Amino acid sequence: MTDLTVDLGFCKLQNPVLAASGTFGYGLEFTPYLDLNRLGGVVVKGLYFSPREGNPPPRLVETHAGLINAIGLQGIGVQRFSEQILPELRKFATAIIVNVCGERDEEYAAVVDFLNKTEGITAYELNISCPNVEKDGLCPALDPEATHSLVALVKKHSSRPLITKLSPNVTDIVEIALSAQEAGSDALSLVNTFLAMAINPETRMPRLANILGGLSGPAIKPIALRMVYQVAQRVQIPVIGMGGILSGTDALEFLIAGAKAVEVGTANFVDPEATVKIIQGIDAFCQDKGIKTIQEIIGTVRVSED
Amino acid sequence: MIKDPQALIFRIKRWEDYYLFALESPQIASRAVPGQFIMVRISPHPYPLLRRPFSIHDASKTHLEIFFQVTGIGTELLSQRRENDSLDILGPLGKGFTTGPALAEKEVVAVGGGRGIAPLYYLAQVLRSEGASIRIFYGGQTLKDLPLREKIEGDGFPLHCSTDDGSYGFKGLVSDYFAQELHKMNPSRIYSCGPELMMEKIASLARNKNIPAEFSLESIMGCGIGACWSCVKRIQKEEGTEWTRICEEGPVFNGEDILWQGEEP
Repeated sequence: MTDLTVDLGFCKLQNPVLAASGTFGYGLEFTPYLDLNRLGGVVVKGLYFSPREGNPPPRLVETHAGLINAIGLQGIGVQRFSEQILPELRKFATAIIVNVCGERDEEYAAVVDFLNKTEGITAYELNISCPNVEKDGLCPALDPEATHSLVALVKKHSSRPLITKLSPNVTDIVEIALSAQEAGSDALSLVNTFLAMAINPETRMPRLANILGGLSGPAIKPIALRMVYQVAQRVQIPVIGMGGILSGTDALEFLIAGAKAVEVGTANFVDPEATVKIIQGIDAFCQDKGIKTIQEIIGTVRVSED
Repeated sequence: MIKDPQALIFRIKRWEDYYLFALESPQIASRAVPGQFIMVRISPHPYPLLRRPFSIHDASKTHLEIFFQVTGIGTELLSQRRENDSLDILGPLGKGFTTGPALAEKEVVAVGGGRGIAPLYYLAQVLRSEGASIRIFYGGQTLKDLPLREKIEGDGFPLHCSTDDGSYGFKGLVSDYFAQELHKMNPSRIYSCGPELMMEKIASLARNKNIPAEFSLESIMGCGIGACWSCVKRIQKEEGTEWTRICEEGPVFNGEDILWQGEEP
């Protein structure tokens, strides 16, 4: 067994593999298929303060090696989450990270104020980057000032570490990353989905009722990896990488690029055991190479300097 | 809810673009009830990426069947599998039809449109074994869309067929055929699966006659296990209507609770 523990500074994870928000429900949905205790952590589905309707269907369309979704963050709100889900979820020995949403900055703060009073949450992941809520995919993560003011506000309210989840739908993701870091974010997670579209030529209608959606899956992995690499080069806080990870070797690419941990998303739909298999894949790779700890991997991308 | 990574395909039957796969999967088959479904992984590679949902067409303690029509790349690749291959499947998933001793001695009717016949065959077998008498309506566009008619008749179920073009049975929509015949019957319950417009008509007929009716809804699904929230339908709940996961709270719903297309907000 390889020592897979990673230290994010504000918390230690037993391994670097987390289940990504929006692809793992509230976590408990997966207990028939895997032991949550084996995961580095679970990032639960995005929570607004109140229950939320979500978008009309169709909400999902499969594309080449990926899918476009426009769920619209349908969810149960903080009250039901803390009463019905969290008491079960916190029994597991894994990091519980809550993905925090808001229509306005004040709602993000209200969600955090509410959850601060509950036990069993390791950290908050600030969802400033969902492309399916506002028209044209607008979200705070598209703008460095909006990112800065929101992160600073939530940081002030939060009694827990804050991970800011970034959007790839920007010209320069490093600029946004630096802005979140400066505002006090304890870590960054990237990337959220790519704003995307599919049309049915027969009807000439968009395949999603929301018209636009977010592309995820292996199709986005090379671009996500590039962004993680660029950001990890420039920030001091830990980076959690994600985007199309299906296998242990996919995860290793992100770790080598500089991510201290990874989130696994779309793969959970393909195989509910994906997270555990990815952990096993990382472990098998390390054992095969005689690597004793995952630290020997992280951020070790070899770039010739000439 | 079990993952069987190696369910053996031990028999394949084909009728033009319709296929029946018989799978050996004791863990899943022995837990199944009519109306539930399985998620089938099409390829070990990332294309097509997502599993596809299929109603359970029949099940015994050790075996289960799926019946499908080739409608896209997923079903096309699946149709190319051969006997003695194995499939990675999840199941049994979702909530099924109402069955049980309360329906013994009762008359019930199932209305299937096209591949929507798939879950109704299993339902008919179970209802009959519990003592109900079940009549089946089976409609398609043309004769080739009724590949199961001989099997259903051979099993002794009263069967009423229709085709849109009149090439077999009643000429017209199965919902129109059913509307015409309903007054001759006195069903305690109606079950249906098929195209949405067909089911909507059946629901309206059932409502007018105050007959409880259940519908198995079809949807694109991301995961099939309640995690992705893609496969929603507008459903009446205690506190109003909600986008409700077909995979988790369905795929079978009471007709009274379904908001059909156009009734949605």
